[in-house]
Amino acid sequence: MSVLDSKVPKGPLKTKWTDYKNHINLVNPANKRNIDVIVVGTGLAGGSAAATLAELGYNVKTFCYQDSPRRAHSIAAQGGINAAKNYQGDGDSTYRLFYDTVKGGDYRSREANVYRLAEVSANIIDQCVAQGVPFARDYGGLLDNRSFGGVLVSRTFYAKGQTGQQLLLGAYSAMNRQIARGKITPFNRHEMLDVVKVDGKARGIIARNLVTGEIERHSAHAVVIASGGYGNVYFLSTNAMGSNATAAWKIHKKGAFFANPCYTQIHPTCIPRSGDYQSKLTLMSESLRNDGRIWVPKNLEDVKAIREGKKKPTDLSEDERDYYLERRYPAFGNLVPRDVASRAAKERCDAGYGVNATGEAVYLDFASAIQRYGIEQAKIHGINNPSADKIYELGAAIVKAKYGNLFQMYEKIVDQDPYKTPMMIYPAVHYTMGGVWVDYNLMTTVEGLYCIGEANFSDHGANRLGASALMQGLADGYFVLPYTIGDYLSHEIRTGKIATDSPEFDEAEKSVKDRIDFFINNKGQHSVDYYHKRLGKIMWEKCGMSRNAEGLKEAAKEIKELRESFWKEVNVPGSANEMNPELEKAGRVADFLELGELFAKDALVREESCGGHFREESVEIGGEQAGEAKRNDEEFAFVSAWEYKGEPGDAVLHKEQLEFNEIELKQRSYK
Amino acid sequence: MNLTLKIWRQKGPKDKGSMVDYKVTDISEHMSFLEMMDVLNEQLINQGEEPVAFDHDCREGICGMCSMYINGEAHGPDRGVTTCQLHMRMFKDGDTITIEPFRAKAFPVIKDLVVDRSSFDRIQHAGGYISVNTSGNTQDANALPISKHAADEAMDAATCIGCGACVASCKNASAMLFVGAKVSQYALLPQGQVEAVDRVKNMVAQMDLEGFGNCTNTGACEIECPKGISLENIARMNREYLSANVKS
Repeated sequence: MSVLDSKVPKGPLKTKWTDYKNHINLVNPANKRNIDVIVVGTGLAGGSAAATLAELGYNVKTFCYQDSPRRAHSIAAQGGINAAKNYQGDGDSTYRLFYDTVKGGDYRSREANVYRLAEVSANIIDQCVAQGVPFARDYGGLLDNRSFGGVLVSRTFYAKGQTGQQLLLGAYSAMNRQIARGKITPFNRHEMLDVVKVDGKARGIIARNLVTGEIERHSAHAVVIASGGYGNVYFLSTNAMGSNATAAWKIHKKGAFFANPCYTQIHPTCIPRSGDYQSKLTLMSESLRNDGRIWVPKNLEDVKAIREGKKKPTDLSEDERDYYLERRYPAFGNLVPRDVASRAAKERCDAGYGVNATGEAVYLDFASAIQRYGIEQAKIHGINNPSADKIYELGAAIVKAKYGNLFQMYEKIVDQDPYKTPMMIYPAVHYTMGGVWVDYNLMTTVEGLYCIGEANFSDHGANRLGASALMQGLADGYFVLPYTIGDYLSHEIRTGKIATDSPEFDEAEKSVKDRIDFFINNKGQHSVDYYHKRLGKIMWEKCGMSRNAEGLKEAAKEIKELRESFWKEVNVPGSANEMNPELEKAGRVADFLELGELFAKDALVREESCGGHFREESVEIGGEQAGEAKRNDEEFAFVSAWEYKGEPGDAVLHKEQLEFNEIELKQRSYK
Repeated sequence: MNLTLKIWRQKGPKDKGSMVDYKVTDISEHMSFLEMMDVLNEQLINQGEEPVAFDHDCREGICGMCSMYINGEAHGPDRGVTTCQLHMRMFKDGDTITIEPFRAKAFPVIKDLVVDRSSFDRIQHAGGYISVNTSGNTQDANALPISKHAADEAMDAATCIGCGACVASCKNASAMLFVGAKVSQYALLPQGQVEAVDRVKNMVAQMDLEGFGNCTNTGACEIECPKGISLENIARMNREYLSANVKS
């Protein structure tokens, strides 16, 4: 039998969560006051969990590397948050959200977790409105919705193009209320550098104060990791500069299995890179695909002329354009899921149709949306025979109201006006579906150690649908973890305060200090970024949008060599006892250099194409689906959970077989 | 392009600090300002010098972490952007650029261009929330219709990213735009009415305690705000504050 126990409760899918909640152990309010919980990361998952746990009465300590919890990278999520409210009356339901999420994830997620997510989704919207989150509304004062890729209903709630910001500020405000009451102690500008285990249970962390450099010990009865994803293993991604995998990787090294590292989401609509100096990539929300049409020129001569600046995209007639998503996927068109849209863009660019100097860009065009809205508005305002200019003016105003901040962001970066000329976009690394393995309770393979939000692997399978990350983060933090952790903590009421002067804390602190001393004293030849950029290049070229066995083997080997060079030649200026951003980066890149190798190993084992993981060896040969990704359910319908054994290359694979009782496994067709 | 940078260097909070000159060459106009700073730092590291510490994170203008005072303006010469969105095309070859931290009594310098803005957090602790439990057992979201106008206006106030440019731009180092934006968001929504009186009084009291100056309606904050937060929010806060004091 597998060592992995998912602890999914028995009984029908639809009542599992309710039954579970009715039968778990509770902690009485007086006892909660004597129990401490550490939450690492203060984004949507960590922030909402910290606020809720504190509200229940536990003593919570939060840790974030930013100067305020409000700056966690959830803030950058633009498009929206899904919820099965069916406010539009378009046939949405908990079951449909569940179904879409499992299908969108290419049947590689756990049914029970996803159903629970869909079930609590509606509560999130109620909760956030009560907190004062200013969601978009229609003229009747009710909440507005938009559509996202991979679904046929409008279930996405939004706050302009800043939904993540508003939801995070909501969670931050809930935290502030608890900070004011003294129930949360925030440790900002702090970074967790190791977890401490006592008798097999997570009992605390070692953290570095990023202002003074001081190494601190913090104990607790349970530790929650909510530190986000590992997209920055690619160096260039839409993640924040500081986003890192260190907390997740440290717990992996202390016994938490790491699941499906190869499942990465490459988001189709990002601003293309412009040069080697580039430090990060910027996402353009998927919501733009509601109104934008994606195309490249039909003829290579036009591509050439555009690259040379002899033609403009607006010079090309409709006949000269290839709206390749509409052509290939008539049912979903521009709203196919992200993995499909990204691969289609790569296919066109690889064939030579890329429209910028690097050959890695396609157009996202709003001209027809501006026309359509303009004509509609003219009717609404009773304007007969409106001029073309008037239609443009009215239509552009609607587009501005919907996506204004995104258009402004694009214009500032690219220096082109997307109201007048199509945007250029290209896929970029955006989200990681893989992460720390957790059971139904969101507990890792280490007792008392939990992992929530993007940092865990649980709900999105091999591909995440748009507007589902915010949903998962808040579901885990507000509505799931507070129950499941209570069941565990009910056994801790007699434990008493956890001491920080134990040998376990001594040892963890020593290893953290040794590593920092190494970095400061090494005085090698190359900067941390030198290594990070090289790692990113290997990852992008060999573990990117399409992968093959040969490339993955090379990647694993090259990353190992790069890591060895890093430990010999890395140069970290400054000292340990002060604010030292290079030292922070060194620790994070050291962990990415291990994670990257496990990533390649995982991708090599998974000899099927599924979701964001596309293996060139596994494609449909004939029929309507020729050339599309080919999943292999017979052999690969499992979660890969890796156990750390010293070197990433020595990690041991454990399989959690996925069982589908409610949903029939089908080819994911968006045709 | 080739540039001369005059950058504020300060080893630690107690250090005196001074402006130091640096040269950077071959800067592309497509680079963001922070990518130009990356080039400088890589250069310094390779020369065995300490790189310049500066705050930054999302690099897409939303986290509010970056905070440079460039050529006498918070977030530099462009409008409606944060430092990370400022591009080098705003400068020309041969320019000398002065880069300082956001300066205010309530924003002490930690190192180089990094300042401590935890005073903003403490103002939020004083009342920047609606006291509702996170149980999810609230009423249905659509049970409380809110006019689109009020929702949009609340959203405009809520887009504040808490960067502190308003404070850095103000000759009085006043935080009224920041506080006004949060007070306004809740004042405009029905959910915020229950605690309105206490909220504005507590937040204003904390703002004063932190050592921020008063507002003299100069309007520099609105011009330099990367998110275009309107001065109206200060007026609204003043009305809320006045009526709160009359009521109690």
